[in-house]
Amino acid sequence: MRELKILAVVVFFSLLTYYLVEPYAHHQMHMKVDANGDEIHIESHGFTYDGAADIAEAERKGDEVLVSKKKAFWSKVVQISKIKGDVVVGEASFALCIGCHNGANFNMGGAIPPNLDHVGGIYDKNYLIALIKDPAMAGNVDHKYKNTIEHPMGRIQVMMTEDQQIADVVAYMIAKKAGEVSPKEAFNEACVRCHAMRYVNVTQLGDTPKFKHEKDELAYKIKVIEEQDAVKAYMGKLPQDLSMMIRARSEHFMETFVENPQSQLPGTSMPRVGLNQAGYDKVKAYLTEAGDPSKKAREKLGPWVIAFFVLFTILAFFWKKSMWRDLH
Amino acid sequence: MAKFDENAKPFTNKWLDERIGLNTLKRVLNTEYWIPKDINFLWAMGMILAATFGILLISGIFLLMYYKPDTNLAFDSVNYTIMSEVGYGWLWRHIHGVGASLVFLIIYIHMFTGIYYGSYKRGRELIWLSGMGLFVAFSAEAFSGYMLPWGQMSYWAGMVITNLFSGGSLEAYGLVEWIRGDYVPGDAYLTRFFMLHVLLIPLVIIGLIVLHFGTLRLPHVNNQEGADIDYEESAALYKAGKKKESKVIPFSPVFLSKDIFVMGVYFILFFYLVFYHFNFAMDPVNFDPADGLKTPAHIYPEWYFLWSYEILRPFSKDVGLIAFALSQLAFIFLPFIDRSPNVAPAHKRGLFQIWFWVLLIDMIVLTAMGKLPPTNETFAAIGWYSAVLFLFMGPALFVITIFEKKIEKGA
Repeated sequence: MRELKILAVVVFFSLLTYYLVEPYAHHQMHMKVDANGDEIHIESHGFTYDGAADIAEAERKGDEVLVSKKKAFWSKVVQISKIKGDVVVGEASFALCIGCHNGANFNMGGAIPPNLDHVGGIYDKNYLIALIKDPAMAGNVDHKYKNTIEHPMGRIQVMMTEDQQIADVVAYMIAKKAGEVSPKEAFNEACVRCHAMRYVNVTQLGDTPKFKHEKDELAYKIKVIEEQDAVKAYMGKLPQDLSMMIRARSEHFMETFVENPQSQLPGTSMPRVGLNQAGYDKVKAYLTEAGDPSKKAREKLGPWVIAFFVLFTILAFFWKKSMWRDLH
Repeated sequence: MAKFDENAKPFTNKWLDERIGLNTLKRVLNTEYWIPKDINFLWAMGMILAATFGILLISGIFLLMYYKPDTNLAFDSVNYTIMSEVGYGWLWRHIHGVGASLVFLIIYIHMFTGIYYGSYKRGRELIWLSGMGLFVAFSAEAFSGYMLPWGQMSYWAGMVITNLFSGGSLEAYGLVEWIRGDYVPGDAYLTRFFMLHVLLIPLVIIGLIVLHFGTLRLPHVNNQEGADIDYEESAALYKAGKKKESKVIPFSPVFLSKDIFVMGVYFILFFYLVFYHFNFAMDPVNFDPADGLKTPAHIYPEWYFLWSYEILRPFSKDVGLIAFALSQLAFIFLPFIDRSPNVAPAHKRGLFQIWFWVLLIDMIVLTAMGKLPPTNETFAAIGWYSAVLFLFMGPALFVITIFEKKIEKGA
């Protein structure tokens, strides 16, 4: 039938144009290539961390020393992860962590040490081991420091020197600091010391309290600005507000970026966050709540509206049929 | 003065007829506005455009109630207030965004239908010209609207497009500043584009739609074979009940019944996109707030401007601007470039048919290359050749149609 042939032509050219300007063009625009011009495929690795991505990155740079350093570090991490940790002994060591991670909201060397209430639940075990072993290497931001000791958390290297000690404290975190966590808590613990999210009234200092007097509000604002300046001085620029991040970046970008920021923004000062799959899901849920709050309503209403127009079209079809019956 | 029946009850048919010629209006605009029977669904695109414009207008009115044209407030009024505080604000916004993109898809289909069937030829020149006026007005409306969310792409697209007015080597930066009201896009810039988007351009569009419909009434709509129909004879046949023999149908309700059906199909697609696939019309880059100190890695216009953007891009500054200006004007002159005496579908017009498909494919290639990064040499080369090809399409049409043989009636 002629009409269907014409429709096929229209649909074909529309879809062709769509394919070229959307999936194909975006793939080309966001493609990363290595020194030989070959495409680097950045794929999510399920929020587990074994250093493979970091080693591959160092290999692409052609830096032999760096490659062997990364390999040695991550094989050490895997080795420690096989040691059986003692939860009771770990608790004692954990007291060392609390010295800084004390919830006082006090900036130490660039950022506020995050709250560790759910640390064993939202972060990957290997990542936690790596972080205690060498925070700069774990975050894949070793290019920022001459020596890890310069890292705000660098002193951990002289505080926890034994592999067994690291295994113990991580075992403690996973056993005792992994309770039920809400999306908001996961987000606050993982992101907030650097990022604000103004649509849910969160700044680098955490939830913004309500104030009765403007004077108090302004005084708090100044504290926020001071904290932002400190973060800015440490990171090089103020990390972006995350309010609309869930819509401003694709799902693939978010996943691979959170797993390893260097994969999408080479040279960025943002360290790897180290979230595990469950932790990332919580953070993502909270980003969606802030940046795309209509998602649920949209998904609920969609089928009804479409069903309405399907019915409308069927009725219109029969009306047209009846109108055109005597014409040919 | 005309006679008015004393006994006619107010607002009855007779009462209205005596005052505004209701029956005449109905006859002229509906029941005896004759449309050829030999048409396909592409003839419904006009009504689909009218409906889409209506939807844009209504959704726009709802958005207008909460939008704040201020560089400090605009982004959050759209992304926070409308998206999360206003009941169904998200729905209106998605409808508006998707509608703004789809309206151009239908405009292009409508335009290429007109070109394929020769619906711009003698007697129908004004339909084409008012249509091109609408295309220009819709383009301006789309561009000004794109500024309003004040995201990264709003800002940088605004920067790039207003810079074009410096005229290359003319260095008319004074003109650019005058258009922006500032050295860079800022508050003065945003408020004037807001005014253009919600008042001046919509008024122009509404006026042009009326004109476009008006230009259609006397020459009548074209048909699939470009046949020259004797409307009086066919209308008489139809009215006498010989519907099979008649070549025409009344606009309402017969033609309209088909329009409404096609519209239904279109709205299924429309709302599928609104609910499940809106990113193509609402670029993620624009969900980052405007930042004059941070240029996005890739700046590109929305898909419907890409072909003309690609005619600008591959050449040196001045040549590019001239080519761009020519390409913007080229379609307007179509009725005068095409010298052929035939009103017939492209597949009956020999070389013209080849010309048509080359034009369509060239524009799709330009569209694709307009978005692909020009740092890739292959893409840059394809872009350059297709832009040059586009510039030759006008003269080519002139030559082809001069030599086109007249198709004998009844052949």
